[in-house]
Amino acid sequence: MTLSRRTHPRPLDIKNGRVDLTHGGGGRAMAQLVDELFVAAFDNEVLSQGNDQGAFSVPGGRMVMSTDGYVISPMFFPGGDIGSLAVHGTVNDVAMAGAVPIGLSAGFIIEEGFPLSDLERVVKSMAAASKAAGVPVMTGDTKVVEKGKGDGLFITTAGIGMVPPGIDISGDKARPGDVIMVSGTMGDHGVAVMSQRESLGFETEILSDSAALHTLVAAMIKAAPGIRVLRDPTRGGLAATLNEIAAQSGVGMEIRERDVPIKPQVMGACELLGLDPLYVANEGKLICICGPDDAQSVLAAMQAHPLGVDAKVIGVCDEDPHHFVRMKTAIGGTRVVDWLAGEQLPRIC
Amino acid sequence: MKYIDEYRDGELAQQLAKSIAAEADTARTYHLMEFCGGHTHAISRYGLEDILPANVHMVHGPGCPVCVLPVGRIDAAIWLAGQPDVILCTYGDMLRVPGSKRLSLLKAKAEGRDIRMVYSSLDAVKLAQVNPDRKVVFFAIGFETTTPPTAVAIKQAQALGLTNFFVFCNHVLTPSAIAQILDSPEVRELGTVKLDGFIGPAHVSTIIGSQPYEYFAEEYQRPVVIAGFEPLDVLQAVRMLVRQINENRFEVENEFSRAVTRDGNTKAKALVAEMFELRKAFEWRGLGLVPYSALRIKEAYAAFDAERQWDVPKDSPPDNKACECGAILRGVKKPTDCKLFGTVCTPENPMGSCMVSAEGACAAHWTYGRFRDTKAQDA
Ligand code: SF4
Repeated sequence: MTLSRRTHPRPLDIKNGRVDLTHGGGGRAMAQLVDELFVAAFDNEVLSQGNDQGAFSVPGGRMVMSTDGYVISPMFFPGGDIGSLAVHGTVNDVAMAGAVPIGLSAGFIIEEGFPLSDLERVVKSMAAASKAAGVPVMTGDTKVVEKGKGDGLFITTAGIGMVPPGIDISGDKARPGDVIMVSGTMGDHGVAVMSQRESLGFETEILSDSAALHTLVAAMIKAAPGIRVLRDPTRGGLAATLNEIAAQSGVGMEIRERDVPIKPQVMGACELLGLDPLYVANEGKLICICGPDDAQSVLAAMQAHPLGVDAKVIGVCDEDPHHFVRMKTAIGGTRVVDWLAGEQLPRIC
Repeated sequence: MKYIDEYRDGELAQQLAKSIAAEADTARTYHLMEFCGGHTHAISRYGLEDILPANVHMVHGPGCPVCVLPVGRIDAAIWLAGQPDVILCTYGDMLRVPGSKRLSLLKAKAEGRDIRMVYSSLDAVKLAQVNPDRKVVFFAIGFETTTPPTAVAIKQAQALGLTNFFVFCNHVLTPSAIAQILDSPEVRELGTVKLDGFIGPAHVSTIIGSQPYEYFAEEYQRPVVIAGFEPLDVLQAVRMLVRQINENRFEVENEFSRAVTRDGNTKAKALVAEMFELRKAFEWRGLGLVPYSALRIKEAYAAFDAERQWDVPKDSPPDNKACECGAILRGVKKPTDCKLFGTVCTPENPMGSCMVSAEGACAAHWTYGRFRDTKAQDA
């Protein structure tokens, strides 16, 4: 993501500043850290694409590579655990380039004293997820840190994949007039994790939507190879992801509140916690942007896939020099759907 | 959840908006203050201004608990977090409120102080339970809604025999703040701020009831309609206020009768009365010292009172000079009147408290409504 695309009112205060939790929250503070520190330092063409994966040419085609760290707390939650999440999350980042995932690496940072039974549970779940996805873990690394220097277990995974010929999907390809869709209900993962935080004291039947989306993506690009943007709305939810794409592509967006699918239980839990489901993380959903002519066939392909039955068109891209994501509210007003300020949900991925 | 959707029905909203437009007298304006941050948030979140007639103006009030705490109290909380063995815990939004010298609890946390976010006062008690060798201070803030949970937490700490749980009490009272606004020179003498009626708080009123508003509806001749936080509640309340104003009535009406009674929650009120007493005066951001507008812990519960356990600094450093939060909280200015709005001051880098919580007027306008400003500029 290049500096010119985002303007932050004040540059990072490198001399006196410190990293705080907002720098990992998936909002504007994190975008600024990435832009002004990482992208500036590593400065290269692939990274500057600003996607959740880097795409590059190799003899024989185009490949993508992606990496992600998993620090979720609690480690086990309804519908998954840190292990399955570490597989799904990275497979999805690879798949969002339209790529076929080939393999994963896994790094474990374990705190001294961590129960082996929990470690086994996580690893078995990871193995099951990788087997089900057909994406093997091909290499790994293990580190143990002293008690108090970690929080049980952190996992990082990296993934590689091959982009089929003729496919060119990237966050900077949305154009005015394009149609915006989501593959299903928003907010399930975040709420499932929150419900597990003992302190919140509420029970829901919501399961995390954690799932590997590469077969859904394959079905979608078969229906319409011209799909322009795919991205999974994880941290920061639908709102942050749409804002990223709008900024990257230089377009505005207008979505309709009525059409954004949200489970009633998720809505209820958000109500209780004072959260906005548009900012709550998903781990098994994607946003797709395609030209108006492709919209029907992509939607039909999504709805025919088990992971896309609730897919819906939620809005359109338009011309807007300010790159606002706007929403027609349920009662007929209009509002901005902004980046998340601060931190809504701590450590949910 | 059907229950929630009923209050967000788009067609009903349009009908209500039409009937407000039909009843509002085009020869005059209606300036209605929503006291509560919850209403400010709902109005911005749902774009209510888009469907109200042009002569009905919503004026944001001071009812955002995070916004009204003065810089001195934030500094005091940061100071408390720096005392030996202390774990300071509070609700999420408080972490980002700037104190003096641009320090916030979040920044103090990054510098190594043990500051934790909790979702409820009882989480704070739990923290004290599992950390017997630490002193857990709960930075308690909020209006009448959050006071009973703080009282319950103290009760529980007492029942558990905890000697390491303390409350830094900053609970404030709604009616005194409304009276202060109506007494302000801008409203009373100068007439620079027009206030024709109030939308009264939802959750606060479930505790205190509608009765406390009767005094100033009569005394200051302003109608009050207590309303829920859903967009249809707000529209309904606007219609009721427009009617009262048209008919020259100054009554307390209750739109939120599904939850609010005249007397409120007597059990909760009794619990609060047992544990807290009025402070002679308390400083509010924007309103200054307001007499009898806040609570402190009674002598009988002194063992749990952080202000009695530590010599908490009582300085009251001024707000950032350019920040207009004070005037905004009194309804005198709008967020866009502030030079810092959206330039140096954004929710990521708040210069004032109104930019922190989603209930603050600046944050609500920046987060939900700022496309209207650029529209005006582009035109
Ligand atoms: S924009 Fe920021 S500085 Fe200006 S009044 Fe609002 S909070 Fe204060």
